[in-house]
Amino acid sequence: MAQDILQFVLILAIMTGLAVVLGKWMTHVFISPAHNFIERGTYRILGIDPGEKMSWKRYGIVLVLSNAAMLLLGYFILRIQGFLPGDTLARAAQTPDLAFNTAVSFTTNTNWQAYSGEASLSNFSQMAAITFLMSISATTGVAAAGGFIRGLSRKTTADIGNYWVDFTRVLYRVLLPLCFVMALIYVWQGIPQTLNADAIVTTLEGARQQLILGPVASLEAIKHIGTNGGGFYGMNAAHPFENPTPLTNTLHILGMLLIPSALTYTFGAMVLRQRQGWAFFGAFLVMFIGFLVLVYSAEHAGNPLLASMGVDQAQTALQAGGNMEGKELRFGIAQTSMFVTTTTAATTGSVDAMHSSLTPLGGFVTIAQMMLNNVFGGDGVGLINLVTYAILTVFLVGMMIGRTPEFLGKKVEAREMKYVMIAVIAHPLSILGFTALACLLPATVNSLANMGPHGFSEVLYAYTSGTANNGSAFAGFNANTPFFNTTIGFAMLVGRYFTLLPMLAVAGVMATKKTVPEGPGTLSTATPLFTGLLVFIALVVGGLTFLPALALGPIVEQLLMLSGTTF
Amino acid sequence: MRNEQTIIHTAAPQKAFKGVARPVLASAVFFMLVTGIGYPLATTGVASLLFPDQAKGTLIVKDGKAVGSHHIGQYFSRPEYFHGRPSVTPGTDPNDPSKTVDQPYNAALSAASNQGAISKKLLDAVAQRAKAYRDENGLAADASVPVDAVTASASGLDPDISVANARLQAARVAGARGLTAEKVMQLLDQNTTGRQFGVLSDPRINVLELNLALDAAVPARPAAQ
Repeated sequence: MAQDILQFVLILAIMTGLAVVLGKWMTHVFISPAHNFIERGTYRILGIDPGEKMSWKRYGIVLVLSNAAMLLLGYFILRIQGFLPGDTLARAAQTPDLAFNTAVSFTTNTNWQAYSGEASLSNFSQMAAITFLMSISATTGVAAAGGFIRGLSRKTTADIGNYWVDFTRVLYRVLLPLCFVMALIYVWQGIPQTLNADAIVTTLEGARQQLILGPVASLEAIKHIGTNGGGFYGMNAAHPFENPTPLTNTLHILGMLLIPSALTYTFGAMVLRQRQGWAFFGAFLVMFIGFLVLVYSAEHAGNPLLASMGVDQAQTALQAGGNMEGKELRFGIAQTSMFVTTTTAATTGSVDAMHSSLTPLGGFVTIAQMMLNNVFGGDGVGLINLVTYAILTVFLVGMMIGRTPEFLGKKVEAREMKYVMIAVIAHPLSILGFTALACLLPATVNSLANMGPHGFSEVLYAYTSGTANNGSAFAGFNANTPFFNTTIGFAMLVGRYFTLLPMLAVAGVMATKKTVPEGPGTLSTATPLFTGLLVFIALVVGGLTFLPALALGPIVEQLLMLSGTTF
Repeated sequence: MRNEQTIIHTAAPQKAFKGVARPVLASAVFFMLVTGIGYPLATTGVASLLFPDQAKGTLIVKDGKAVGSHHIGQYFSRPEYFHGRPSVTPGTDPNDPSKTVDQPYNAALSAASNQGAISKKLLDAVAQRAKAYRDENGLAADASVPVDAVTASASGLDPDISVANARLQAARVAGARGLTAEKVMQLLDQNTTGRQFGVLSDPRINVLELNLALDAAVPARPAAQ
């Protein structure tokens, strides 16, 4: 137990240190006026004027259109897989609905997979479609956060920056260098990186074992640093080739938390209110630790129904114990709990254990964090989501004390509150609406791997994961049907762009405003009091919306488990 | 202030789409080449120079033949070998390619049970595995068994077992090989992987490496060919 807590403290301490270092660097990336020669060459090839000042509308349109073009290119590459030479395993191309789902999934930073990587994709597709879309979706998110923060930090201007410059710099100066170095550390630890499709070995007992290989390390690096999540292999980061050692597991966790935590520092630095950044960081951290404690205690305690069969789940010097169904021994309970909490907080969706086999309370945490969508959150969008709630908090508090709400020295008025509410409402509407629709259809039962409340949780998890752009699953669920491929695809699009675009609009409107001097009635948003209020509003607004659905799924399952009812 | 906002609104619609077509199309292809081709190939090139063995899957070669990967578990069923964790990976039925059958540790198709905590299937499977484990290792019918010995791993390819699990199997392996219990326990200790850097995760035993060490000490019977 002490060893477990030591690991948690160590990882969170390293994360905090890295947040400052990278936060400073990203601030420089977003505000430096100088372009380096590789960037200037890129602008010339693409026909871009890096000096162009973009309004939020222009910024948003360029973002959406360039994402759309990349999505189509990814779709195209997936569809022609069967015609391309070079795959010695001759894997067939995906069907149109599956390829649509995959291309949307990786473009929106969801990385939901209705297929199994090793069986479905050639190494070329893993690179040119999957690694490509992973890179650009993460870059898009971080770039959008740059434009968003810039909008909030400026006054009386229509310009929130240049999307192409933000995109190119984030890719060249942040993601690619980090991923390259990380990928080499991964290979050192044992993650394959080769163009060979497989290796055949003869086991000690004489059986033939086919090991699927490929460019795994480069995909793993962008997958975690980019808070993407789809696996090279079907079992994702639980597969020993995606995650061979406790060190790679730790680096995966730190990679996922790296940019979301650093952006809080960047936020503080760019709006010239460093304490504001720490107030947001604090809000993230408080919620994260609360959820981590829940997962760890539930998984550590194990499954009471197994204990009655004489299965020893106690933690001793000789075993880590706990609920080990769907978990890997090299991570044990501590590393697994940390990973589970991180991947659903940072909406990565990479998994090093099967979430479907978590205890009901552990499963509850994974769904709840994706419903909140602002416990660190994905690259760029997590911070944007938290600011959404921060504006909602100043608005609600302003209503209570009868004052015009202010945020970062600017008045928050009706127009931006409307945009904020679109972002706040789109998320539950997509999750609950699609879940309700799927539950009405009789065929849904055929996709379920578990009956009873866990079956409902599988459907709820799927749409929550899609909308939150997470991508993990209660993976027994068969989502590869035309209905689920299409509706989950739409949930991913709604979840990505109906929260991102309204908040770019908020940034654009805030940029046009004048600052007002702080008075005695101004609510400071950089205090522990505000952090507490923010966490409270995030939990209450999130909790109240989703509580009925959660009660039907994991909460009732936990009660059934304690009473010994099985399905 | 008002004036500025109005100007912004009237100016935006005409300008918003101007000249976006070329950069949008060119950037899709260009960044695909940079991130989807350039980045993975550069990583492959450097990795194969710095870490050639790991890049190709950390294969273990014995007598000139690849017998496995250090990181990927193998299916062991014979009494003279230590057994890994239960695996639920499927494989193609050799008699009928349209059907799947159980094929534990099939490294071409990783898989987990995905059963929830109150699933009857899970509880039945665990009860069955616990009974088989007790029979195999000569334990009492009510003896407690380590959780990792009766639950399926996430990948179906877990290379490790807990020290507790290995110790309960030691007597069986020693008997089947004609080794002393002390010798087997000594091999267990030598093949226990500690916490990485003394901090990360928990102590564990790589089953393939342990069984290779056993074979080196006392060769397995000819059937191992």
